[in-house]
Amino acid sequence: MPWRLLRFGLSKKHPEPRMFSDHPQLKSSYDVVIIGGGGHGLAAAYYLARDHGITNVAVLEKGYIGGGNTGRNTSIIRSNYLTPEGVKFYDESVHLWQDLSEEFDLNLFYANRGHFTLAHTDSAMRTMRWRAEVNKHYGIDSEVVGPDFVKRAAPMIDLSCGGHAPILGALFHAPGSVARHDAVAWGYGRGADMRGAEIHQQTEVLGIDVQGGKVRGVQTSRGYIATNKVLCAVAGFTPRILKMVGIPSPIYIHPLQAMVSEPLKPWLDPILVSGSLHVYISQSARGELVMGASLDPYEVQSTRSTLDFVEGLSSHLLDMFPFLSNVKVMRQWAGMADMTPDFAPIMGKTPVEGFYLDGGWGTWGFKATPVCGKTMAHTVATDTPHSLITGFSLDRFRNFSLTGEKGAASVGH
Amino acid sequence: MKIMTCPVNGPRPVSEFFYWGEIRPMPDPDTCSDDEWADYVFNRNGAPGVKKEWWCHSTSNTWFIVERDTEKDMVLRTYLYGEAA
Ligand SMILES: Cc1cc2nc3c(=O)[nH]c(=O)nc-3n(C[C@H](O)[C@H](O)[C@H](O)COP(=O)(O)OP(=O)(O)OC[C@H]3O[C@@H](n4cnc5c(N)ncnc54)[C@H](O)[C@@H]3O)c2cc1C
Repeated sequence: MPWRLLRFGLSKKHPEPRMFSDHPQLKSSYDVVIIGGGGHGLAAAYYLARDHGITNVAVLEKGYIGGGNTGRNTSIIRSNYLTPEGVKFYDESVHLWQDLSEEFDLNLFYANRGHFTLAHTDSAMRTMRWRAEVNKHYGIDSEVVGPDFVKRAAPMIDLSCGGHAPILGALFHAPGSVARHDAVAWGYGRGADMRGAEIHQQTEVLGIDVQGGKVRGVQTSRGYIATNKVLCAVAGFTPRILKMVGIPSPIYIHPLQAMVSEPLKPWLDPILVSGSLHVYISQSARGELVMGASLDPYEVQSTRSTLDFVEGLSSHLLDMFPFLSNVKVMRQWAGMADMTPDFAPIMGKTPVEGFYLDGGWGTWGFKATPVCGKTMAHTVATDTPHSLITGFSLDRFRNFSLTGEKGAASVGH
Repeated sequence: MKIMTCPVNGPRPVSEFFYWGEIRPMPDPDTCSDDEWADYVFNRNGAPGVKKEWWCHSTSNTWFIVERDTEKDMVLRTYLYGEAA
């Protein structure tokens, strides 16, 4: 029995210090207001303070921090994308991740597992080879492997997948990892708080005051705040905020669902993804199988979950791992994925001066949390897009110059 | 299982249908500007609301219109094109 736990039962006051301080009042103005206390918003506050000395910052969160997609995702971290813009950007993120636990002095349970994207068809094999070449060109550890290699890494797999989708090979990405998602929000939150930024939970942005094409302030559920700079990092709520400032965008919302099984003894080390079977799976440090599928097939702006999802995912999972047939599903949930037509994010400046956007993160934005925070902090502080994000600007949908990332992002996250 | 009512085949499981997005008027490609065309091609109304959408009953290939509250995921009405204004 861990005796330290007894303190929580016996002491009248909570025996641990709070992760971040309480601010009963909003100030009447801030240098920067960040909408959304997910990983992205909190990371931006952290790097604004740490790298740019901007600390008069409020992070406004309508619920609780990490309660959005940050706390709902399946925490896969990888950089084996398809476009040069994407590969360079996610690679920088993986490097930031590797030092983060130490930087925060908080265990993020960052676990390097290795990541397989399984190919069941010749055309999938072709995409894997293409990705491996792009990846290697940018110095990313990524290679095409055969079925025997997959079998050695995951001995319980049925390589024929029930006979109808035999595994021909896979893209193997050794740096692929998972991490504890809420700890990421807390780590960035505590780091931003220690450096002077304010985190306000239960504070909803209801409107944005734009005058003469410039941001002047935000209307919140707790009153008006004057500010010249607003960073919007609200994932599945992005279209609602963009409506407030009148900026058209291609972002549309479909739910993405996930589920976990009861805890099992450790048997699966790597992270496995199958685009054809719409399955991805990893085993958490607690032994639960963390599983997901592709997007829900139609637009919904809520976090409802469905039985159809559990049935469909389970049947495909059993094609890969027939021995799981008696394992119970413990929980299921959904998040709202802010999708873009090219499966790349939308980051940077917008037609409204002082309104910065970090959205369109769909099903793949958790891994980008550190690099988004860093590049958006730079963009807000200097009013110039960071060089790593110029390929992700909103303008690309006016200039017909998309950043096609679908081949690497659709089910794999 | 969620049920959707096909105007021709009656109530059927929603897995028999597929979704084709909100109904949007197409500008005339010969006369509209590049910006208008780009707006039509890419931009969407991603905010919640009651929307008119194209759906298809795949087993009978029936295309029809669904009025749906996209936040509550509640189907309000379904009808064939040209049937109800
Ligand atoms: C099931 C699922 C699995 C996923 N798996 C992966 C994965 O394996 N790997 C990966 O890289 N990505 C994954 N993703 C995507 C990833 O979770 C997101 O892209 C990422 O977490 C977005 O972080 P964020 O900080 O931008 O948004 P969020 O964490 O959603 O934070 C936005 C916050 O804004 C707040 N907010 C909204 N509107 C307002 C308002 N008006 N006023 C104040 N606050 C507001 C919300 O309450 C919310 O807390 C997955 C997503 C889902 C749903």
